Amino acid sequence: MSEIAGAPGAADPAGGPEPTTTERKTSEVLHFAVRNPKLLIGLGIVLSLLLLGIFGPFFIDQDPNEYVGPKSQPPNGEYWFGTTSFGQDVWAQFVYGLRSTFLIGAFGGGVAFVIGTTVGFVAGYKGGIVDEILNMLTNVVLVLPALVVLIVITAYLEVRGVFIQGVFIGLTSWPWAARAVRSQALSLATRDYVDLARLSGRRTWRIITTEIAPNMSSYLVMSFILLFGGSILIAAGLDFIGLGPSNGVSLGLMLESAMKWSSLYLGMWWWFIPPGLGITMIVGSLYILNVGLDEVFNPKLREL
Amino acid sequence: MWRYIGRKLFVYLLTFVIAVTINWMIPRFMPGDPVRSMLSRASVGNPEALERMNEYYTGVFGLDTPLHEQYLSFWAGLFRGDLGISVMLFPQPVLDIILRSVPYTLALLVPAILLSWIVGNRIGAFAARKKLLDNTILPVGYILTAMPYMWLALLLAWSLGIVADVLPTANGYSPSLRPEFSWLFISSLISHWFLPFLSMFIVALGGWAIGMRNMIIYELEADYSNYLQALGAPTRLIRRYAFRNAMLPQITGLAVQLGTVLSGALLTEIVFNYPGLGTLILQALNNRDFFVLQGTFLFVVVGVLIANFIIDIVYVLVDPRTRVQMTGGAA
Repeated sequence: MSEIAGAPGAADPAGGPEPTTTERKTSEVLHFAVRNPKLLIGLGIVLSLLLLGIFGPFFIDQDPNEYVGPKSQPPNGEYWFGTTSFGQDVWAQFVYGLRSTFLIGAFGGGVAFVIGTTVGFVAGYKGGIVDEILNMLTNVVLVLPALVVLIVITAYLEVRGVFIQGVFIGLTSWPWAARAVRSQALSLATRDYVDLARLSGRRTWRIITTEIAPNMSSYLVMSFILLFGGSILIAAGLDFIGLGPSNGVSLGLMLESAMKWSSLYLGMWWWFIPPGLGITMIVGSLYILNVGLDEVFNPKLREL
Repeated sequence: MWRYIGRKLFVYLLTFVIAVTINWMIPRFMPGDPVRSMLSRASVGNPEALERMNEYYTGVFGLDTPLHEQYLSFWAGLFRGDLGISVMLFPQPVLDIILRSVPYTLALLVPAILLSWIVGNRIGAFAARKKLLDNTILPVGYILTAMPYMWLALLLAWSLGIVADVLPTANGYSPSLRPEFSWLFISSLISHWFLPFLSMFIVALGGWAIGMRNMIIYELEADYSNYLQALGAPTRLIRRYAFRNAMLPQITGLAVQLGTVLSGALLTEIVFNYPGLGTLILQALNNRDFFVLQGTFLFVVVGVLIANFIIDIVYVLVDPRTRVQMTGGAA
């Protein structure tokens, strides 16, 4: 790996004065990205499941909850993943479930990301009393167990949809991202170029978005990926307890109905294995993708 | 030191107040009539009884008094230990029902958290910076943390409980026994406890192993490690120092992960129909018993706060630096 050690920028992690053009930087990141097996494998699995979730439902004619086939069939040529004890097609449910799983991840993760980064940036950049208050708020939400709060809140909703679920998940799962962003912003806020921007009289929001955020963009991307995976897991838990979207399809709801109609005791493994496997594969490859990204962006980790 | 503990206590107190306020607000400000929807599911056939229950619960919620009075009387009830009367098990107080379930949840949660933490840390420390081990343990760890708790529970129940038929897969003890202090009952308790415990232990393990591995790598790059290495100290010694330093963030991590592991315990209990708080929540939801649900919520929050506080104190005891800083600051 001798050619990597001499690569421009790689030996200079502290962001020194040496100017590297954006073009050069992009190609450098790409150079490491295509050589990182963790990144490629993770991305490959996530993308293929995403494509399946987006385009798969177009090839399925019936509603996923419709009773189409013979009851309790193990996987066969016609019903790839078998059928439930009501004769629903598990493959159809799985494909639609993937779609809603990605939706809830993007939605819940997105809401959490917006709240978390905003709180983190403002707290880290402003400091002082604003920081104190926001930090206290973060700590309060952090110690509240998210799933239990969500159970109590959603239990009172008469009709539940993916949208509402995503908003509530976002509202409860942002604190650690706020903490992480805050500590990064705190160290960046005292840099010379930020001081310069402040002297030139720019708005706080402009300074945050143009001076601070771009310098931690990789960090932000990784936070979003983790929030994405986290929301999927929380949503699956909610669905499993029976607080999922009403009349919807999701991998968590599949697990719920498999449990409720005792597929376990009937030996219908094809009912509960695919949904859990789907969730594990999505979230697990997101995490592994994240490690890969970390190695690509962080020169210190490249030698490993 | 007292300032530090005081600050922490203040945050926990604030959290408690907020949790109680959420608890009070939800039934009042959510769309829909909580009393009506609760009673409609409670399947009370007799219209006269329905009318009386309706009256009773409107009185319990205090829905006919002004808002601030409702709030104050809610707190007053809380301090009397009054969490209301259950709907599904009608004349029983909610507090009694919850207290009956708590021991089961604690029996699952405490060993699972502590053992997975200890074993995970060991595995992570062992794997760090060893190419082959690292490349196998890292993906396995990530896959384990990505697993939904209930799915692993289902897999274990199916493979070990149903297919291999070696362990029971439901309830807290054999339904043919009565709770008593005898060998038969205790062995039944343990055999029913084992599978839920195992599934929680495995899922939690991965996260700790990964966290420890990353921390060890970070510590091995620190100046003191390089210095020790330059002095020719044995690798084992350097790793031991790194391990002790890496423990500190892992203790903080324990506090952060508490909520996740707790939700995992609730979900795992549901799979195994284990008579703890998770199963209680599910029953309360199915019966629309909001008193039990909200009581459980408060109980869980208080438990998490107490556990956080214990972890804070442990941290002060374990890390000599914070202790010195704090006594220095107080003097």
